[in-house]
This record gives sequence, C-alpha cells and structure tokens, in this order.
Amino acid sequence: MSIRGKAFIAGAYEHPLRDIPDRTTAQVHADVALGAIADAGLTLDDVDAYFCAGDAPGFGGLSMADYLGLRDLSYIDSTEMGGSSYVAHVGHAAAAIAAGKCSVALITLAGRPRNERMRGRGGGGRPSPETSFESLYGVNTVSSYALAAQRHMYEFGTTSEQLAEIKVAASLHAQHNPNAFLPKPVTIKEVVDSRMVSSPLHLLDCCVITDGGGAVVVVSPEVARSLPRRTVKILGHGEATKNIDNGRIDLTYTGARWSGPRAFEEAGVSHADIDYASIYDSFTITVLETIEDLGFCAKGEGGRFVSDGALVAPYGKLPFNTDGGGLCNNHPTNRGGITKVIEAVRQLRGEAHPEVQVPNPQIALAHGTGGSLGTRMGSATLILGQEDS
Amino acid sequence: MSALPTPAPFVESDTEEFWSATAAGRLLLKKCNADGTVIWYPRSLCPVCHSTDTSWFEASGEGVVYSFTVSHRGEGPYREAAPYVLAYVELDEGPRLMTNIVDCEPGSVSIAQRVRVVFDDTGEGNALVRFTPV
Repeated sequence: MSIRGKAFIAGAYEHPLRDIPDRTTAQVHADVALGAIADAGLTLDDVDAYFCAGDAPGFGGLSMADYLGLRDLSYIDSTEMGGSSYVAHVGHAAAAIAAGKCSVALITLAGRPRNERMRGRGGGGRPSPETSFESLYGVNTVSSYALAAQRHMYEFGTTSEQLAEIKVAASLHAQHNPNAFLPKPVTIKEVVDSRMVSSPLHLLDCCVITDGGGAVVVVSPEVARSLPRRTVKILGHGEATKNIDNGRIDLTYTGARWSGPRAFEEAGVSHADIDYASIYDSFTITVLETIEDLGFCAKGEGGRFVSDGALVAPYGKLPFNTDGGGLCNNHPTNRGGITKVIEAVRQLRGEAHPEVQVPNPQIALAHGTGGSLGTRMGSATLILGQEDS
Repeated sequence: MSALPTPAPFVESDTEEFWSATAAGRLLLKKCNADGTVIWYPRSLCPVCHSTDTSWFEASGEGVVYSFTVSHRGEGPYREAAPYVLAYVELDEGPRLMTNIVDCEPGSVSIAQRVRVVFDDTGEGNALVRFTPV
C-alpha cells in the first residue's frame, strides 16, 4: 500500500515570534494549533488525531491533548526523532488516514529555548547506554556536527567557503521574511570570518536559537474536498535511522541516503521534478551532506553543487529554504522540522514571499534531520505536490 | 593526567568490568564469540549478529584520528575547558571511539595522526579513556 494521494496538508502555521518570554510552552503549542486549524478552515473539534514529539510538555501526547481539549482522538503518535519528528509525523498521519484510522490530524511543535531551560537529550533522568562513552568527553551539538564537517572536508576537499554559500543563500531569502531572526544578508567572507565555535564550524555555520513553533493539519481526501482552502497533496514519505554502526560510524553521510529513495519511490517522481526543497539546516554541513544523500549530486560533490547560487530562489538549480531556514529565520525549540514542511506548503500554494516564490511549482520536497550527524540520527523525507497533481 | 575535566561515568552492571579496568590502565573491548566482531560501545549483545555470547579482551590502545574538532565553547563540566579537542579515534582493532586528544597543542591535531591511549583518573575508581599523539 502507498500513501500517494491518500492525504492532504490543509493547514500550516508558523508562530510569528522568535523570543517569547511571557507565554508558557503549552500556550505556544495552542497558538500554533489554533493557527493551523484556522488556516485549514477547521476547528479543534474536527481533530481526531494528534501528533507531537519530545518538545510537548507533559506525558507523550496525553498532556497536550488534554490541554487543547481534543476530546475525540482515535489516533495518537508521539514519535520522537528530534528535529526530523514532524516531517515523519506527516508521513505517519498520511498512513493512518490511508488506513482509515482518522481523518483530521494535527501536528504541533513549540518551545522556548531562549527563555526556558531545555530538558537534556535522551529524556528522563537515566542515562542512555551510550552516555558514558560519549558525553564525558565534552561533546555538544556544535562539536558533534563539526566532527562530520571535518571528515567531509578531509575526504572530499570541501571548503569553509563552500559551506558558507549555504548560509549566504539562506540569508538572501531571510531578508524578505519580516519574522526572520537574522534578516540581514551576509557574505561568504562574513561567514568564514565569524568566530570559530568548533572547528571547522564558525558561528554563522550554525542555526539560530529561537522560541516559537509551528503546526500542520493533515486531512483525508474527503475532508480536503470539503474545504475552501487550496491543499497540498502528499505524494511520498520515507524515514530512516542511522546508527553509530558498532563504532564504525561514517561521518560523511546521513540517513537521507535511505529516507530519500523511499520517498522518491513512493511519490513516483525524479530529482528533476523537484521545483523547491526544504532541507534541514541545523548547520551548513547538514545541508551539504543531505543534498548529496538525497541524490541531487554525487557523494562528495556537494561543495561544488552549492557554489554559484544553486540554492538561491527563485532561479537556482535547487531553490531551498525560502523562509531563511533554520540558519536565518527560525529553528524553534532547537528542532525545526515543522518549519520545513510549512515553507514547502507555502511554496506549493504560491504563498511564499514574491521575491523567493518559485514560479508555478508542481513538486516540493521537505527533509528533516534529528539527533546528530556526529552520532545517531533520524531522517525523514516528504514529497508534496499540487492538490490536483 | 591531562588538564581536562574528568566527569565520572555512569557505571552499569554490563560495563563495570570496562570501567574497573580503566583504573588499572587497561582498555578492554567486548568481542562477539559467535562472529568475532569487536563491539563498541561495550554491551552484552553483538549489534552485528545479535548473539549474546560476548567476552572481554584487552585492546592495544593504539589507533589513528578519524575526525576531530577544536571546541571553543564547552558546556557543563567543560565550560572552562575550551579550547579542547574532541575526536573520534579509530583503534587498530576497528572501533571508532569518541574521546579527547590531550597533552598537545589543539591546533596540531590532524586526521590520520597516530595516537595512543592515556587514562585520566576520575577519582571514583575509574578513568576516562583519552589519547595523545605518538
């Protein structure tokens, strides 16, 4: 069975704020839930499936379902794959809808890392089995990704200037987004001259740290037909985990190597069909490796691929992250998967900023990365199309 | 002893032998008795063939740098430790261990550089497994 054409994204909403000192995390979940459900032309009483991940306060999805007053849930999913969770949730929601388990699925992400101490990785109080073999050596999010960047440079000759091209393209897009955390365009020189955080990654190779969130509503074809709003068809979904492989970790690739082909196969489309791509961008290296692993260029060719404006909308070879992405716009609660879906929906609806709107896009891709390129990770890929595609 | 922090490990029943050995300056690895796989991190299951028949053996303690980063921003116990070198060292036995390269200039570390193990006492009956250039 395939989910192709069995479910539609009817609502998408990104919280406009990036620093939220005066609202609770549950409130921000509610803000984005109400925003997405209104965007779809529905009410919370129509929701019969709820999806969230580790950012949701409380016990799995139960606390937020209770808080939001979702009284008639027939399906609940709190799959936790870090930043890739919400891209995976769209695929899970489509599968549940295709199986007849539900017809209106709400997915929310929200958090306030600028104002609230985050829970540690791994969840709960007890360490994971790998904890004492990794965390005692001072690894953190940036240094873990830096290990991957250093190895990619060693094997393929990738340069800091090539990584900087990714930030530059994101910043050119962010200047048109009034809500972007970093709306100012930057140059390659500014990126490589910025403070070294963990070699070879500079400050401007890193995503922003923002409060906020987003939500998406996935519905059945019957519900989609009943709505006045233009919807987006879900064509394909793939996900994968990548392990440290019994201590033989290869830092030069991501789980997109497996999630990408699964999504393309289900969608029945090829790389040349992709008019727009949301690529998870926790760091510049995340984008570079993902582009290779999704097959937009050969392994090791990512540096050359992103040079000369390939990612710049609307006319680059692969216009990406036209909201400014996690690198410039928003990386809510340190996990930006939902914003990847939201901007792909904006592009397909023709609602991106006119300066970065791809002309008449038919097919878009949204990719999420969770965990770390330096250790274990989750990958999720979605392929979306026009309502009538 | 290097100058880096030495946070103590969380020792569980199936890693107790590993951590005890570090106090005596010995690096133990797990091996799968069914297919011969050298296992990392230590656990009582072979992640390749899924046999639960495993045993400990002493590693050579030598290897090469697989990747590294000079971290200029430490967190938690490492808040005051920067700059320091976080690395993956590939042991001659095969596994790549997350570790630190110590007792050298951070800027002098390079991929493929040969390193050997050193043990940094945590003061709690075990030691962290770090490496230094040969």
